[in-house]
Amino acid sequence: MTQQETPVRKVPVACTLNGQETEFLAAPYQSLLEALREVVGLTGTKEGCNDGNCGACTVSLDGRIVDSCLVLAAEVDGKSVDTIEGMAPPHGLHPLQQAFLEEAALQCGICTPGFLVAARALLEREPHPDEHRIRLWLAGNLCRCTGYDKIVRAVQSAADKT
Amino acid sequence: MHPFTYVAPRTLDEAVAVLEQHGERARPFAGGTDVLVQLRGGRFDLDAIVDLKGVPEATTLDLNGSLRIGAAVPCYRIYEDSAVAAAFPGLIDAASLIGGIQIQSRASLGGNLCNASPSADGICPLIVHSTVAVVQGPQGERRVPVEEFCTAPGANVLGRGELLVALEVPAPDKGFGAAYQRFIPRNEMDIAVAGVASALTLGEDGATIASGRIALAAVGPTPLFAAKASAFLAGKPATPETFAEAGEIASTEATPIGDMRGTAEHRIELVKVLTRRTLAIALGRAQSNR
Ligand SMILES: Cc1cc2nc3c(=O)[nH]c(=O)nc-3n(C[C@H](O)[C@H](O)[C@H](O)COP(=O)(O)OP(=O)(O)OC[C@H]3O[C@@H](n4cnc5c(N)ncnc54)[C@H](O)[C@@H]3O)c2cc1C
Ligand code: FES
Ligand code: FES
Repeated sequence: MTQQETPVRKVPVACTLNGQETEFLAAPYQSLLEALREVVGLTGTKEGCNDGNCGACTVSLDGRIVDSCLVLAAEVDGKSVDTIEGMAPPHGLHPLQQAFLEEAALQCGICTPGFLVAARALLEREPHPDEHRIRLWLAGNLCRCTGYDKIVRAVQSAADKT
Repeated sequence: MHPFTYVAPRTLDEAVAVLEQHGERARPFAGGTDVLVQLRGGRFDLDAIVDLKGVPEATTLDLNGSLRIGAAVPCYRIYEDSAVAAAFPGLIDAASLIGGIQIQSRASLGGNLCNASPSADGICPLIVHSTVAVVQGPQGERRVPVEEFCTAPGANVLGRGELLVALEVPAPDKGFGAAYQRFIPRNEMDIAVAGVASALTLGEDGATIASGRIALAAVGPTPLFAAKASAFLAGKPATPETFAEAGEIASTEATPIGDMRGTAEHRIELVKVLTRRTLAIALGRAQSNR
């Protein structure tokens, strides 16, 4: 069957995005990741693998972290989505962002938004996780640059300060 | 990727109707952690994806002695439910190791079963719990034991218009314990080289095995119920010697291939080791459940 025979209409999506009511049109086969970056214009969420392995595309969906490459945009109608763009307060940085800078927990930075969104979800649930717990929680986030130690230290340091 | 429409039915009947209408050109969609990856990889094309997360029967988790797991219930809901976790630690072993946290927010045991991968981590624990798959289709409901559900790599018993509604796990008997372990070269986020689920029920004396069940992952075309090793356990003392012998028998029921993850010989050895270990864990759990 060709594309002409099966016209696929765009679907309206209304969600709460970083606390704000947002509406956009997405193709029904479009991932949330692609819609965020290419329709809404929020490019902070990164694409690494596009198949659920790297976590660069991590966002929070109704309070749970998910890989946005494995979510359809159409699914988030009526739901709440939080991305890296909503993390920092209006002035300054989130304690985790500050800690990543201070501990030099990034090099190229493509994995960083995903790590930050994932780490925030951990600290919101468990304010003082031990190193093992941090490593396990972040196992779905890959980094090719840092070797992870500095990322783990940054999360510990942010946890210590809150 | 061939463009597909997104359908979000609110009832089981609606879901069945859409699936029946499209036949092979539509598939159910739970967490999407297999189906979206396969679609992007060009494994197949679809005209419609049928999201089951709005269908009440597929999204409820109901513990009432027995446990009913809606087919689209994500893993985290299973392991974060403290009553379910306390009653079914052998299922939690699997639900808490599928993918990482992001995957567990979405991936369902129903999707794990329907995807029918030989290396699926969720299927063997369901088998040793004697779980029944509740299927709904154009002809109504039918019930299939989980060990008969997968027919070949990536294939299952579902016909046109049929979908998995829920998994029914019987209430564990007194003295029942179960466990699942897999071997992977990393600590997490990898596909099993081999996996074993074991369950046993202790007799009145607390020392003899009344009955047992063993199932094997990634050592055959589908997850396998090890019938001989399971039958062997009945009436035997719950000792390391018995567990080792069950492992030897289970390894004769495995039909592994060698691939980039491991050789066939390695997998056979893993079946022996993992059978011993999971039976020992199952015993501990059985003893605390008397
Ligand atoms: C990064 C990553 C890591 C992973 N790690 C693991 C792992 O450690 N262990 C493991 O076993 N798996 C793993 N997987 C595979 C996958 O996450 C699991 O198989 C998961 O349980 C699938 O569930 P789902 O709800 O996402 O299924 P979906 O992708 O929604 O569906 C899977 C298949 O089943 C069909 N289906 C779904 N629900 C129904 C239904 N109710 N009735 C009929 N058909 C249905 C779909 O059409 C599709 O063909 C991993 C995947 C990724 C991307
Ligand atoms: S881009 Fe989504 S997990 Fe890699
Ligand atoms: S900083 Fe480059 S991938 Fe993590």
